[in-house]
Amino acid sequence: MTTALALAGQVRRGEVSAAEVVDRHLAAIDEADGAVHAFLTVLHDGARRRAAEIDRRIAAGEDPGPLAGVPVAVKDNLCTAGVRTTCSSRILDGWCPPYDATVVERLQGAGAVVVGKTNLDEFAMGSSTENSAFGPTRNPYAADRVPGGSSGGSAAAVAAGLVPLALGSDTGGSIRQPAALCGVVGMKPTYGMVSRYGLVAFASSLDQVGPFGTTVADAAGLFEVIAGHDPLDSTSLERPAPRAVETLDEGVEGLRVGLPRELVEGVAPDVGARVQRAAEVLASAGATVTECSIPELAYGLPAYYLLAPAEASSNLSRYDGVRYGLRVEGDDVEAMMRATRAAGFGAEVKRRIMLGTYALSAGYYDAYYGQAQKVRTLIINAFDEAYRHADVLLGATTPTTAFPLGAKVDDPMAMYLSDVCTVPSNLAGHPAISVPFGADGDGLPIGVQVLAPALCEPLVFRVAAVLEEAAPAPVAPALAGATWSGR
Amino acid sequence: MTGEKLTRDDAAYVARLARIDLTDEELDLYAGQLAVVLDHAAQVAALDTTGVGPTAHPLPLKNVLRPDEPRPCLDRDVVLGQAPAVEDGRFLVPRILGEPE
Repeated sequence: MTTALALAGQVRRGEVSAAEVVDRHLAAIDEADGAVHAFLTVLHDGARRRAAEIDRRIAAGEDPGPLAGVPVAVKDNLCTAGVRTTCSSRILDGWCPPYDATVVERLQGAGAVVVGKTNLDEFAMGSSTENSAFGPTRNPYAADRVPGGSSGGSAAAVAAGLVPLALGSDTGGSIRQPAALCGVVGMKPTYGMVSRYGLVAFASSLDQVGPFGTTVADAAGLFEVIAGHDPLDSTSLERPAPRAVETLDEGVEGLRVGLPRELVEGVAPDVGARVQRAAEVLASAGATVTECSIPELAYGLPAYYLLAPAEASSNLSRYDGVRYGLRVEGDDVEAMMRATRAAGFGAEVKRRIMLGTYALSAGYYDAYYGQAQKVRTLIINAFDEAYRHADVLLGATTPTTAFPLGAKVDDPMAMYLSDVCTVPSNLAGHPAISVPFGADGDGLPIGVQVLAPALCEPLVFRVAAVLEEAAPAPVAPALAGATWSGR
Repeated sequence: MTGEKLTRDDAAYVARLARIDLTDEELDLYAGQLAVVLDHAAQVAALDTTGVGPTAHPLPLKNVLRPDEPRPCLDRDVVLGQAPAVEDGRFLVPRILGEPE
């Protein structure tokens, strides 16, 4: 498959029209997405109009931008003006945002073409994309397995070759975990690096938007387009976005790589072996790899599953049947709200709201929420100490490869454990990437994770590029949906 | 904190705070599942954090101001067009104050 950056080059040079590129990808979606269910909405008309406009601009001698004519899929918790945005929830039934998210505007400003909105766990709460009111997405490598989550639709769409690029959001691993399970590159930027204006809020001190691609260079190119200050987001960093593409081939000579045992031990043997192999690859490329221990990382998951639900319970109080979306009538306004929320939210969202409300309630606030905030400080301090001795950290992205659909839906704690290697970066606000690095005995993709201090995105991409060269991504399965099992 | 058991009444109290109607079956299910997650979270409750400050946010937050200049905002009809019920250019809700019983 042609990379996104190569495709944009062809379009800009007039070797292929944006219309042709977009038509080809829409046809692939129409043919194969019945088996994958990566998309909730496909924008046939809107995408073709945009493509025609890009072709007109090229014909007029203009440069439509670095992603000219590249089809991009957007997670359906990012607002698209006049196009339904569901968050995979019944409670947003019929809602069409009146504005575009800043990242969607930036995509369009770079010449990219949004071809559709992708499936997710409801309000981005989940690790399998099974918590969708519209049904699960399937892993393109094995139709009876999950794609990971919550950005499972975006990861699966890229893995299945339906789009070269996609956007997701990562609150506790929701970009990196599905990227690992689907054999694609997924990156969570530094907190504040990418605007969240128009991202439907889940846990506001953790949420971050980031790129998916089939290659590290594509993910870096998409990152450059979406990163940078936005006055519409009060948490947006006031600094220019770092350039990540131009330093991709600088290698890892002399770099100090830490291998924390907390991100290697306790994962499936196949996964752990690939992390060790990744460490060897970096060492032979000139990096100094040192095993280390950051015991505080073990507290990341329990702290996260207090903090994120607490913030979610507050953020999701806005869904009250008054201003948009679903309303179920009741005798008075409170009965209406209770009935609306009962009918509109799915089981996992209710569970997290309950958990968060409990953690914030009188008598428990200090013991749970307040204590988790202090543990968050301990984790940040521990990272700071680790980065005195290492430039980047290397570890697993996920404890296992893709698990079967239905395997964890009745056991929330087992599902939450899928995020054990990814949540620490969210708590610290640091960037991290998952890059495909081989497969397990069943041919299911394995991802390894590179973590770095805040603002070090170029470094994260650079290390990932070395790993990518040593272990090219597994070949994406053929598009012919009819040949797949369990559709 | 550890091993604390959540009852159906506890779950009902939390559901009331969260403004979600739950059935008895849901209350029992969530009481059990919340207890499991809170048991896991007890690892955090048990840590010694004497002298450690809380982190609410990964960045040092500061107030963000912009020039006090008029600029376009969302069109009122477009916004109201998304609402389940409107009247006279406003959101319409069921009665807010209860009748005397």
